[in-house]
Amino acid sequence: MSIVFYIIAGLSVAGALAAVLLKNTVHCALALTVAFAGLALMFLELDAQFAGFAQILVYIGAVAILVVFAILLTRGSETPKDTVYSRNPIIGLVTAAGIFAMLGWAVLHSAQALPGSGGTPMAAPTVTVMDIGNSLMGRYVLPLEIVALLLTAALIGAVIVAMHEKESAK
Amino acid sequence: MIEKADQIFVILAHWLVSFLPAWLQHPAIVLLAVVGIIVTFPALFAITVLLERKGLGRMQNRFGPNRVGPLGIFQPVADGLKSLTKEDIVPLSADAVVHFLAPVFLVVVVFMGYAVLPIGRNMTLVNMDAGLLFFFAIGASSELSVFMAGWSSRNKYSLLGAMRAVAQMISYEVPLLMSSVAVVMITGSLSLGKIVDAQNQYTYGLPHWYIFTPWGFAGFILFAIAATAETNRSPFDLPEGESELVAGYFTEYSGFKFALFFLGEYVGMMGISGLGTTLFLGGYSAPFSFLNWVPSWIWFFSKIMLSMCVFIWVRGTLPRLRQDQLMNFAWKFVLPLSLLNLMVAGIWRFMGDGLLRWVVCSAILLLVYVLMARAGMKREHFGPRSYRYAE
Repeated sequence: MSIVFYIIAGLSVAGALAAVLLKNTVHCALALTVAFAGLALMFLELDAQFAGFAQILVYIGAVAILVVFAILLTRGSETPKDTVYSRNPIIGLVTAAGIFAMLGWAVLHSAQALPGSGGTPMAAPTVTVMDIGNSLMGRYVLPLEIVALLLTAALIGAVIVAMHEKESAK
Repeated sequence: MIEKADQIFVILAHWLVSFLPAWLQHPAIVLLAVVGIIVTFPALFAITVLLERKGLGRMQNRFGPNRVGPLGIFQPVADGLKSLTKEDIVPLSADAVVHFLAPVFLVVVVFMGYAVLPIGRNMTLVNMDAGLLFFFAIGASSELSVFMAGWSSRNKYSLLGAMRAVAQMISYEVPLLMSSVAVVMITGSLSLGKIVDAQNQYTYGLPHWYIFTPWGFAGFILFAIAATAETNRSPFDLPEGESELVAGYFTEYSGFKFALFFLGEYVGMMGISGLGTTLFLGGYSAPFSFLNWVPSWIWFFSKIMLSMCVFIWVRGTLPRLRQDQLMNFAWKFVLPLSLLNLMVAGIWRFMGDGLLRWVVCSAILLLVYVLMARAGMKREHFGPRSYRYAE
């Protein structure tokens, strides 16, 4: 583990903690963006350029913006006077720890699940953007199409929700 | 000699670092390149601001700045000194940390985009495989700084301006990406260096720039529209429309923070001009093969400054759009046309060389554009010109 890793890890963890602990909702959203950026940097550090840039483009460029928009459009962005923390944090802690343990176990045992590796960690493959494109258009074309269909359905749904209801107004 | 002039900055940088010990040479050369970018583009920004104020003055029948120095050419220096010495006012109710971070974040993000632009032959700071994606990812995060500025000021005009800006930038990012994807499809690479190399060829002395193909021409126009909207320039400058919102999201900024926003906007414009140049106008390649002796970086900077002049010209010519017109234009006009452009680029890609693909692609594009124009004209009723007040 290099120094860069520790810097990035510290940044992401600090961002995530701030997102949970800060009181102002917009501050939380901005802190969450820092955590997203840390994750993107982690991808880049691992030489996964496409994943890293997609992380920035989607999470910082779209999701974070959507979050702040939603905060502004729904409730006031003022800091609440009373406490914003949950009254029984134990349940949350247990849930988070459980999910973390499951994910950690999955990551640590992923080498055995890979076909043909026989449990030994493989050398890191060099994945270029072209490889990703080829497999998206080749082997994984069906999931891609399903995702596209889902997104189109969501888009049409959003338009219908936002549409003026001219008939019912009269 | 020609080779040396072309590579003068590369040679200079290597000569400068040759005095350092070997392990320091690589970091030093990166640092030099970064300093070069950070010095060059603000200098160009100063020139552009002067050019804009003078040019707009000419277009509006006035002189523009003419007091500081001969013909007012030292106006940027005076402006810079003024913004440095002005009091930096932060509103009492503002969120001080976010208010401070917003301009800093904008400037950092805007400069990061230059990391992947091929400024000249062998003059790319980071030649990455997914350079185009990097540029767009960084560009997308500049929306966040606009939001931070507008929200932290605790001013309704700022907030309205920020909301407008973010909505506009999200809407126009889609056609911006779509029109660039056509170039990626044809080149088969996301690397900006490879995109320039693919255009840096000549037939009968004429270049293979993408703007000289049917899909490239249409794509360039769409890209230019989306880029203008993305940088909040007139006629898409609603987020800072002074008749409605004072100055939009940076209403509450003064002194050097205001200057940073100004700098960020212009450097961002130059960055996106640089990207457009790289994608459609052949990057640093010469417009004719007999002009290849001119250093490549001169071509890059000339193309950037030319697009800045077009930005200024458009600002002096077109009136501002209305918010609903802006959104309709993005989603009902630019987006479908950029999708059509993607299809045409696909046809172009798979028809192989020959005259036929020129005919087919041009025919499709021309047909659609002419039909759309006809349909649009039919809805409007253009009679003889009438005057309401100045009869």
